[in-house]
Amino acid sequence: MTAEFLGIEMPVLLEAFIKVNIVVLAMTVVVMALIYLERKIIGRFQMRLGPTRTGPFGLLQSIADALKLVGKEDLRPTGADPWVFELSIYFIFVPVFVGFVVVPFAIGWEIRALELGLLYLLATSSVSGLGFAMAGWASDNRYAMLGGLRAVAQGVAYEIPLVVTLLAVAMLSGSLNLREIMLDQGTVPNIVWQPLGFIMFYIAMLAELNRAPFDIAVGESETAGGPHIEFSGIRWSMFQLAEYAHLWIMSIVGSAIFLGGSAWPLGEDLGTPFQLLLMGIKSSALIFLAMWTRASLPRLRIDQLMGFAWKVLMPLAFIQVLVNGFVIVYDLPLLLLTVQGLIGIVVLNWAIQRAVARPAGRPGIAAWAASEATS
Amino acid sequence: MTSVLLQPEHEFETQDIFVNMGPQHPSTHGVFRMVLAVDGEVVRDVLPYIGYLHRGAEKLCETMDYRQGIGFMDRTEYLAAFNAELSYVMAVEKLAGIEVPERAQWIRMILCELNRLSSHFMFLGAFGVDVGVLGTSFTYAFREREVIFDLFEEICGDRMMYSYFRVGGLAWEVTDNFVARVHQVLASARQGIEDLDGLLTANEIFQARTKGIGHISAADAIDWGMSGPSLRATGVSLDIRRDEPYLFYPEVKFDVITGTNGDVYDRYICRLQEMYQSIRIIEQCLQRLQPGPIVPERMSRLLRTPPGEVYLRTEAPRGEYGVYMVSNGGNRPWRCKVRSACLSNLQALRDMTVGHYVSDAVLVLGSIDIVLSEVDR
Repeated sequence: MTAEFLGIEMPVLLEAFIKVNIVVLAMTVVVMALIYLERKIIGRFQMRLGPTRTGPFGLLQSIADALKLVGKEDLRPTGADPWVFELSIYFIFVPVFVGFVVVPFAIGWEIRALELGLLYLLATSSVSGLGFAMAGWASDNRYAMLGGLRAVAQGVAYEIPLVVTLLAVAMLSGSLNLREIMLDQGTVPNIVWQPLGFIMFYIAMLAELNRAPFDIAVGESETAGGPHIEFSGIRWSMFQLAEYAHLWIMSIVGSAIFLGGSAWPLGEDLGTPFQLLLMGIKSSALIFLAMWTRASLPRLRIDQLMGFAWKVLMPLAFIQVLVNGFVIVYDLPLLLLTVQGLIGIVVLNWAIQRAVARPAGRPGIAAWAASEATS
Repeated sequence: MTSVLLQPEHEFETQDIFVNMGPQHPSTHGVFRMVLAVDGEVVRDVLPYIGYLHRGAEKLCETMDYRQGIGFMDRTEYLAAFNAELSYVMAVEKLAGIEVPERAQWIRMILCELNRLSSHFMFLGAFGVDVGVLGTSFTYAFREREVIFDLFEEICGDRMMYSYFRVGGLAWEVTDNFVARVHQVLASARQGIEDLDGLLTANEIFQARTKGIGHISAADAIDWGMSGPSLRATGVSLDIRRDEPYLFYPEVKFDVITGTNGDVYDRYICRLQEMYQSIRIIEQCLQRLQPGPIVPERMSRLLRTPPGEVYLRTEAPRGEYGVYMVSNGGNRPWRCKVRSACLSNLQALRDMTVGHYVSDAVLVLGSIDIVLSEVDR
């Protein structure tokens, strides 16, 4: 039972232990950096400076915030269900931490390259929906409950297009192992064959992360923080930690699966530092896009959000799987997939435009109001 | 005996929950409180509570000299204080029969329209936040609002509570570079409107969120006594500036913007388009501005009015801002009553909200564009 880690022979368990610790520490630092960057970037979008006072360029702001949060009183509302309330945050951030086991930072730089890595990642990350439901339910607060219910409905709805689009990519690569999927794209990244898949993945990822324009659960202007509302101090900082760590994971996975990760271009030839750089650039681009979206897009309403998942994303995702299947089974040229993907993007755009141009008033609600008025 | 399960109405027993929004909630725009009866996500009933900001401004006016009341009017409508002052001083002038010099009237018009711009910028910014833009619309709008406020500060030394209009004219002459400064402000405001237009109006999510929400028919709007952009969005072309002219509004060209559907989107578009009209009005005013006196030649040191009553209304950014004043003679009003546009507009809240989602309740409230200090006074 020995394995090699950084050139040293050591037991597998010890090796895993060290790797896990490195990742957890790195994650904390990265989350702090992400929070700082998000504040700076959104500040620039809004013609503000963002944090400037703490340390040079406000670099220590996240650390100061973390210290402040740790020092704050850990409040629990009187009416809250103590067990569910206190456990809920673990259900939110533990799944995210656990997901890091399979995240490929570079070729060979993961804690474990599981054969079913993709499935494992999706399975663990969907547990956090339960955490939101628990937090919302146990807080004894109506906003929190509304937010929690929204989070669950949204999580369930967007889980499916997310899984199905990733499944379509796994069909192309013939593996669920993230390392293999990445290596498979050494020459051409998957986004070329699956442009629609990438867009749908990105949309579903934003929804899965509860980020704008799908942040209805947190919905600052409606539910005033949603499930977070009654959490303070260190518990609240756990929410932040989980949110940004999740963003980081999903952007790395997204770039590993669609953008060629650290394998494309020339990743295998130029060594690990170059691979880390590649991954850093690609995942940063995805993270920046998420921040950009947050600074500029309004929030969807819950029925629009659900309708978009079930009526638009889901059929398109299943069609993608079907077409991939045909292409693979009958050995057709992969270029067909690109064409299909571009057509799919047009359809997606058409569906969005159609939803916007729909005549004013929603018959369902109007009819309901009329029946209420008469009864 | 039939099973209970076979009867659909007994399948589930559901209960509405009450969600309390405000007085401390990010989207109630001040200290407004509404209790929503919610069935899942759908609003079934709305119970508004007002009065958290009641300071008795009207009653206070009755204990003071006419000139001292101007400051209280600022505080009833702090986002468009010039417009509030205007109604008040014009009511007193009408009561006392004072003629206002031409220059003072043009300057009043310019300042009121600038204030309409700043108030509508505030609306655009806050409405963007209600729809869910993280705060970008807010900072965009505040950038332009700051420019306008800087101008106000140069003129009257205050950014929000001006007390600059006086019975009979203005407190003092505007700065020498006034015309050039207003042109600067207009250029930046025009840019700001275009920026906000680009950020919000063209956005698919914004359109999907606002179209068809919070609909109210023209007849209902009139019944509730709505006015201003909220009324015009329903298609009723009523603008006091045109229909019951005051100052020099008949001498400038502007369009009265009306909507068609009376939904949230139309109310938003009406305000946005109105801002271009305000710029148009100000540009014409600047051309007509001539040197001259800003107060009447002869004003008595103690302002006394003959007995009588007066109701004077002007078109404030949020609608009809009217001042009803009764005088028994003497130097203070016997009764002063402010007809608030926000209060009347707010009454339609329930009609507009019921049947929509909780998220839309926030939008509907935002689209009425209330100022709580004007509702409560």
